Amino acid sequence: MIRVELPPHLRGLAHISGEVELDVQGVATQRSVVDALEARYPMLRGAIRDHITQKRRPFLRFFACGEDLSHELPDAPLPDSVASGAEPLLIVGAIAGG
Amino acid sequence: MSSVRVLVGTRKGAFILSADGKRENWDVSGPHFAGWEMYHLKGSPVDPNRIYASQSSSWSGQIMQRSNDGGKSWETVGNKFVYEGVPGTHQWYDGTPHPWEFKRVWHLEPSLTDPDKVYAGVEDAALFLSNDGAHTWQEFSGLRQHGSGPHWQPGAGGMCLHSIIQDPSNPDRMFIAISAAGAFRTDDAGKTWRPINRGLRSQFIPDPTAEVGHCVHHIAMHSSRPNVLFMQKHWDVMRTDNAGDSWQEISGNLPTDFGFAIDVHAHEPETIYVAPIKSDSEHFVPDGKLRVFRSRTGGNEWEALTKGLPQADCYVNVLRDAMAVDSLDKCGVYFGTTGGQVYASADAGDTWAPIVRDFPAVLSVEVQTLP
Repeated sequence: MIRVELPPHLRGLAHISGEVELDVQGVATQRSVVDALEARYPMLRGAIRDHITQKRRPFLRFFACGEDLSHELPDAPLPDSVASGAEPLLIVGAIAGG
Repeated sequence: MSSVRVLVGTRKGAFILSADGKRENWDVSGPHFAGWEMYHLKGSPVDPNRIYASQSSSWSGQIMQRSNDGGKSWETVGNKFVYEGVPGTHQWYDGTPHPWEFKRVWHLEPSLTDPDKVYAGVEDAALFLSNDGAHTWQEFSGLRQHGSGPHWQPGAGGMCLHSIIQDPSNPDRMFIAISAAGAFRTDDAGKTWRPINRGLRSQFIPDPTAEVGHCVHHIAMHSSRPNVLFMQKHWDVMRTDNAGDSWQEISGNLPTDFGFAIDVHAHEPETIYVAPIKSDSEHFVPDGKLRVFRSRTGGNEWEALTKGLPQADCYVNVLRDAMAVDSLDKCGVYFGTTGGQVYASADAGDTWAPIVRDFPAVLSVEVQTLP
């Protein structure tokens, strides 16, 4: 079980509150977690990753265990503590706009 | 008794303002999609409870929403806008080639005949169509692939396709406008397009009378006269009487002919409204006075409509999609400002009153006249 925390605007879009808990098949990576997230909440498709390039949107970042994972490869394994559910994967909206 | 529903898109959410036919007492619903930029909402003329909405943010891109109950509830629909083929390049602000990149939906235009059919005008400029209630979108690539496409440049707000007008007498004909490429027309249901900019004159481009490159801000048409279009250009208010084959300036006695919004009276096809803005460097109303100008003669002769509007210390803008008319008798006229006010006139512009004064900056205003 993977825990994911979304920024408020995406929680509102998906009509959820609090953390999301996901069952991810295979290795837990940024790609497999977001795939599972989008499968459960189709309204998030295109809102975290660009539809075409599948790249993370520049104003969203991935954090876990006090580390910025945003520039890790999408298929790189997430930390063990995220894969085990001990720590959440944080999807964070950049503080931007002045 | 008839009623009206005003759909307001703002920088931080959408609002729905409702009133009976007197248009005096208003119910305000919202914010819907709080915190998101709502570029445009528009209802189907066939099924007024079907409303489409464009929701976007710099963080999470484009989201599309649809309501089937007049805006009481919403469902997320398709937001995948993919240019057909290899997108190619247009010109960037500095004249260098720049890849076509989808950014957002500026304008939604539901079909005149089918509630599941809706057009979307997007940035970077292209026209998309959905035939399934906005679940999936297909591009009319013949427009973007017009031979002039590589020479199109963005206006200050981005290279947006912002005006979509269907000809009610000819389903194969449609008009669109792009800032800053100009106006285009199709006569074969969107397969091919041709620029319709003859008569436009834009001093800020190398060839002021070029076939494309004009910064058209908005176009309006009265449904009874589909060959007559009115245009608010970057500078100049224009009209055509031959479906865009040629344009004439009708700025006449306006205090400034810069502006964004333009619309036509619901029952008088020669009565038009504009909201003049001081200049392209000072995007607010001239002299601190918020004035709508009305021409009852199809242009050239304009009267200032001021009763109920602030006439001192007002420095707001009225954006291109932020003016609309209802079809009651008398015709109601509505507009929103970047200062967050939405004004309504229930007597064709003679008198005005604010419906709300303190919204976020208003991006768009549409009106539905309900039975």
